[in-house]
Amino acid sequence: MGFACVHLLIALLHVGLVASIELTFELPDNQHQCFYEDIKAGVDVVLEFQVVTGGQYDVDMTLEDPAGRQLYKDIKKQYDSYSFKTETPGTYKACFSNEFSTFSHKIVYMDWQIGDQDNLKKAITPGIHAMSQLENSAVAIGERLRMVDDYQTHHRLREATGRKRAEQLNERVMYWSLGQTAVVVLIGIAQVILLRSFFSDKRPRY
Amino acid sequence: MYLYLVIALSLLVVADGLYFHIAETEKKCFIEEIPDETMVMGNYKVQLYDPNTKGYGDYPNIGMHVEVKDPDDKVILSKLYTAEGRFTFTSHTPGEHLICLYSNSSAWFSGAQLRVHLDIQAGEHTQDYQQIASKDKLNELQLRVRQLLDQVEQITKEQAYQRYREDRFRQTSESTNSRVLWWSLGQTVVLVCTGLWQMRHLKGFFEAKKLV
Repeated sequence: MGFACVHLLIALLHVGLVASIELTFELPDNQHQCFYEDIKAGVDVVLEFQVVTGGQYDVDMTLEDPAGRQLYKDIKKQYDSYSFKTETPGTYKACFSNEFSTFSHKIVYMDWQIGDQDNLKKAITPGIHAMSQLENSAVAIGERLRMVDDYQTHHRLREATGRKRAEQLNERVMYWSLGQTAVVVLIGIAQVILLRSFFSDKRPRY
Repeated sequence: MYLYLVIALSLLVVADGLYFHIAETEKKCFIEEIPDETMVMGNYKVQLYDPNTKGYGDYPNIGMHVEVKDPDDKVILSKLYTAEGRFTFTSHTPGEHLICLYSNSSAWFSGAQLRVHLDIQAGEHTQDYQQIASKDKLNELQLRVRQLLDQVEQITKEQAYQRYREDRFRQTSESTNSRVLWWSLGQTVVLVCTGLWQMRHLKGFFEAKKLV
């Protein structure tokens, strides 16, 4: 029992190093937002982002390593995914900037995966016993399901983009139609008044 | 005793990770789009910038307000927590949940920078499998199957949510479609009416002025 617990403890320490965080945040115009993460050397990292709504659906993203070197920089990107292996331990910094935009407020989704995704594998099998076929297929199923989940997230975000656009369109159509009705009626009345004034003003002078 | 140690450790380890900076009185919000009946768990830790050491140090007096709003803008969680902690909530309506964090600091040291470590997990990611394994005495395979079940359940929920969203999306599109249709009809009527009124009015006017 004690032995097993020690393993669990070791495993837990592993779990701590393995993290994935998904965040969706608002990015007002002329602003930037940075996120930091302390990562050890030799870890696989995947950074994914997607603009959900706002403006032209674009954002500037930069990724810096602990020495301040830029690992990734792209401007006005709608979505992208960048994977790398860390070389030096330290604080990695990812910044999203909307500084080029003066009025559009954006919503950005970010997924930062650090280390091996399958934390359960590390968690319960600290490499002491061979896995049976059943266990292997369970791991494979888990892996596939994770992919399904990823695709679903992607799909959900695309859907959100489309939906927000449609809602905006719906609203605009309504305001536009109300506005145009008012304009047509006003112009109708103005035309009559103008025409009347042409004839009314001239008449007394003769 | 080991179990407690395990739980304590897991609490300790999770709170680190991703962090960002906010001004002391700033409010930071995150959006979590989730299906209904999904658990969301957030771990956070706040540190305060110390100008003397030029670093961020723990400052236990800082409190953190956590406020969660559901898609209908109803507040489902609003609490003042300590500088380090964990909040959980379960969604009842599917959609975008807004999670806002802000510190309770007043003007004494405003202007200072806060470092917020944050980890938000939703759905099956909130499950602590180590704890489940030790509590229910599961072996690896059983635990694995348990995790797969949770994963599949979450995917099913997500799919149900997708259907709900698709339904709403279609309603919006159909509403736009019918608005455009009715508007074009309405506009024709308005134009015809305006034209008729103009003609009648001017006709009467010219007749009165003896122009025709």
